Amino acid sequence: MSTSSLHSTASVGVRAFGLLAVFALAGCSDAHLTFLDPQGPVAAAQRHQFWLVIAVTSTVVLPVLVLTPWILVRYRYGRQAAYRPQWGFSKLADLVIWGVPVLVVIVLAITAWRSTLALDPYKPLTSDTPPLEVQVIGFDWKWLFVYPEQGIASVNRLVIPAGRPVSFELTSASVMQGFFIPALGSQIDVMNRMTTKLHLQADETGTFIGKNMQYNGTGFHQQRFVTQAVAPAAFQRFVDRTRQDGVPLDADAYRALDERGTAARLRQRLAPETAVAERGEIATLAFSALPAGFFDAVVAHESPNWNARDGEDGPPETGTDQDEPTNRDERRHERRNTQAATTGSRQS
Amino acid sequence: MSEETSWLLGRLDASALPFWDALQHPTTPNVVNAVIASGAGAMVLLGALAAVVFLTWTKRWRWLWREWLTSPDHKKIGIMFIMIALVMLARAVIEAVFMRLQQAVGLDGGFLTAEHFGQLFTTHGTIMVFFMAMPFLTGIINYVMPLQIGARDLSFPVMNSISLGLTAAGAAIVMVSLILAPFSTGGWSGYPSFTESATNPGAGVDYWIWAVTLSTLSSTLTGINFAVTIYKRRAPGMQWFRLPLFTWTALCTSILMIFGMPPLTVATALLALDRYLDFHFFTVDLGGNMMNYINLFWAFGHPEVYILILPAFGIFSEVFSTFSGKKLYGYGALVIATMAIAVLSFTVWLHHFFTMGQSAHVNAIFGIATMLIGIPTGVKIYDWMLTMFRGRIRFSVPMIYAVGFILLFVLGGLTGIILAVPSVDYQIHNTLFLVAHFHNMLIPGLLFGMLAGTNLWFPKAFGFRLEERWGRRAAIGWIVGFMLAFFPLYALGILGMPRRSAAFFEPAYLPWTMAAMVGAVVILFAMLFLLIQLWVSVRDRHANRVPGGDPWDGRSLEWSIASPPPAYNFPVIPEVHSRDAYMRQKETGGGAHPRPDAYGDIEMPASSAMGPIIGIAGFLMAFGLTWYQWWLVVAAGAVSLVALIARGFVRNATRVIPAAEVRREHEAWIATLDSLTPITRADEQTRANRGLPASPIEGAVQ
Repeated sequence: MSTSSLHSTASVGVRAFGLLAVFALAGCSDAHLTFLDPQGPVAAAQRHQFWLVIAVTSTVVLPVLVLTPWILVRYRYGRQAAYRPQWGFSKLADLVIWGVPVLVVIVLAITAWRSTLALDPYKPLTSDTPPLEVQVIGFDWKWLFVYPEQGIASVNRLVIPAGRPVSFELTSASVMQGFFIPALGSQIDVMNRMTTKLHLQADETGTFIGKNMQYNGTGFHQQRFVTQAVAPAAFQRFVDRTRQDGVPLDADAYRALDERGTAARLRQRLAPETAVAERGEIATLAFSALPAGFFDAVVAHESPNWNARDGEDGPPETGTDQDEPTNRDERRHERRNTQAATTGSRQS
Repeated sequence: MSEETSWLLGRLDASALPFWDALQHPTTPNVVNAVIASGAGAMVLLGALAAVVFLTWTKRWRWLWREWLTSPDHKKIGIMFIMIALVMLARAVIEAVFMRLQQAVGLDGGFLTAEHFGQLFTTHGTIMVFFMAMPFLTGIINYVMPLQIGARDLSFPVMNSISLGLTAAGAAIVMVSLILAPFSTGGWSGYPSFTESATNPGAGVDYWIWAVTLSTLSSTLTGINFAVTIYKRRAPGMQWFRLPLFTWTALCTSILMIFGMPPLTVATALLALDRYLDFHFFTVDLGGNMMNYINLFWAFGHPEVYILILPAFGIFSEVFSTFSGKKLYGYGALVIATMAIAVLSFTVWLHHFFTMGQSAHVNAIFGIATMLIGIPTGVKIYDWMLTMFRGRIRFSVPMIYAVGFILLFVLGGLTGIILAVPSVDYQIHNTLFLVAHFHNMLIPGLLFGMLAGTNLWFPKAFGFRLEERWGRRAAIGWIVGFMLAFFPLYALGILGMPRRSAAFFEPAYLPWTMAAMVGAVVILFAMLFLLIQLWVSVRDRHANRVPGGDPWDGRSLEWSIASPPPAYNFPVIPEVHSRDAYMRQKETGGGAHPRPDAYGDIEMPASSAMGPIIGIAGFLMAFGLTWYQWWLVVAAGAVSLVALIARGFVRNATRVIPAAEVRREHEAWIATLDSLTPITRADEQTRANRGLPASPIEGAVQ
């Protein structure tokens, strides 16, 4: 069994405890809680954008914070400063107080337009290596990561090769949820019968916390997962071990997944011989023998074909043509926007 | 709906009692939560009981019914709206303190169950928006706006009473849910499919649906009432660009209510159809799509933000101008900016869900539209600063709230711009950063505005000033408490803490959640100071009376009449010649209180029981719908229908106040005025202030 329960940020976070400045915290801890301590290109760009917006907007905000106290002191009742009770308009002042905000918004609009297009979560990241495909399914209250090419799946544990882009396709088997790894980049909503897309990359090896951002019931705060960016060889070891030791993803296992409950409860049910995760630990579980077309079946509310297996041998890692997208990529690319899958299909 | 139901009680049974679950499963967390929940329920029961005993003991039932509940007087209805708001504010602040307490000890757990925490954030948000903010601003506009435009009442006084009844019914539904639990855990926005019966079959979501529906119906009627009044009831000469700025904001808010409230009424109605009649508007199967709900909700939700904040902008405009002893700077620009905000508010709703997967172009366009709102808002801030510039600034309580507002609000504006950039929003959406942002807009923006307005107009409504010392303590308590409670939430949001988390596992969050809890306790003290301020003010009311009616050297018409004003407001409808109508009257010849040449009979609306009838019927219908007591639904519906039809046959809808009585009252007031000593602004906060200012220029100059 590769059901290693990973200590979350608890142990490393203890060192950060007591640090009162958020930015100091972001800089010197390896908890990687925030995009101000970015671990990938998307989060790094977002940090840059964050400070840029603050700097530009401050040109309008700071004068208020400085001039208001000055006015209050200088013109308070009892002082002998100038008093012009009938003064109510000045062309020059109006030009400034309309003009400056307009200019600031123009600058902000340009940067917002550019950064929003550049950091579109649907846009593949530029890289020499082809992206790893991961399909994400949000259950109440755990995340399932499906590796279609490797034929494996994993609960609450996302293992990715460092330095290689990851292309996520996401859905929810339940109500709306929000998929988020702050240290790597954008969050994206996951919704039943619909798919969304997201592209992230970890620059270096490391462990990052992932969360659900959209309230979905009493287990919401426990719906956390661990992201491990590892060296390519370690990733291959993870795949091999999961194929070997994982619980087969069959109809029974799926029923257990689909039940409302935390990952700890799921593990107790499917792998009772392993210790139940303690509070604050993230319970994980590995699945082998992934049925073919599993993700699409979940999206369409269809029963997966439990007998057909996908990617038993795994596609050759180096065989993918890097310049031309595969058929699969093309097909995906056309599904640009969030869209409902066929609505007529029967409910599972 | 397969569960067993009885015809009488529907699905209501003993399990609705807040301590039932703990009796069945007496685990420690269950018992702790049951004690808290039952305590809250007991407070509601005891409060209601105390009110009943008091009214019976002092034999005031008849007085309550005749003088208040059935009164069509906009001033009394306004005061009742504000009383609902204050009661609900108290409850929602206590809930907030519990949530802060939970998160302060929430590392790996806390003392509240996740279910209880879910109900707390849902009721807190629902109450603060629909049953605190809305009644508060509705009450203040109700009271002040007709006085500012020189009207005797709203255009539809009985409808005003019905609006009050519907809001009271909605608030009562939320209160009853403490005794017969549970309430929804779906948040104030109630997103399906979480709130569909497949996920949440219980009564909680239904309570939420009907409470919100009652509130939106009330606000739609209110919006129509206010807008028509401002269009049709202005005094002669009160041209558009002579309106006081508060009335302008009231107009913009009313227009937003008329167009912004129905989308939510429709959304909750469709959700109800899903839940009650197996429709599939927002379900996950059979063609339903919850995105439609989310769009409808924010088609209401974003205009709602400006419904809440514009009246406060109006109040602050009055406050800055009055307490700087100076004309408002940039009146025209402020009017244009207010209108621009009102229009733009309908074009930005998508920024509430940048992360839902639409194309980057759509996101970018809505992000830029959002930033555009920053322009008129920024202009307003600078207009207020220029209003104080070269003024004579007096730090009365409303001014302290206003200064706190201006300094804190720009920070909220800054974080709003950050959230408006979609690429950055992808990092902070649904984190506590968002929670900190909207509290930063709504506490300094809306709540400080309402409290400033209360301190400003209280002497007008009750004839005596609110005590300054405790008022100042409360204001500073709110400002400091707000900063302590919400600035840490910005940090937590940046550290990736999701909103609505019952617990967390990152020790790094702990110092921030503790600091926020201290802030919540400070706010609790600020609430206590407000209560003390009210108590001390009532106790010392004789010493602080302002029979002159103009304690702040006011600028608009409401200060030209007695405090409290007579039922008919103006003995003779005034004629308006300029902006700041009353200030001009004081400055130019003719005097502040000219004797009218002649008095006429005044026709006022007669009392009507429609408000209480519709309110009670609305409450019973909502309660019956929530618990599947269909007989109650039918009966309450029948009562409403009959009452509405019967109202059509009422012939004596008005009463006449004879000219002689008006003359007697007005002459008596003028005689009182003659006995008062005018004061300069130096004595404004002392007991020498009897509501009669020295003539403007010499009064403001020291």
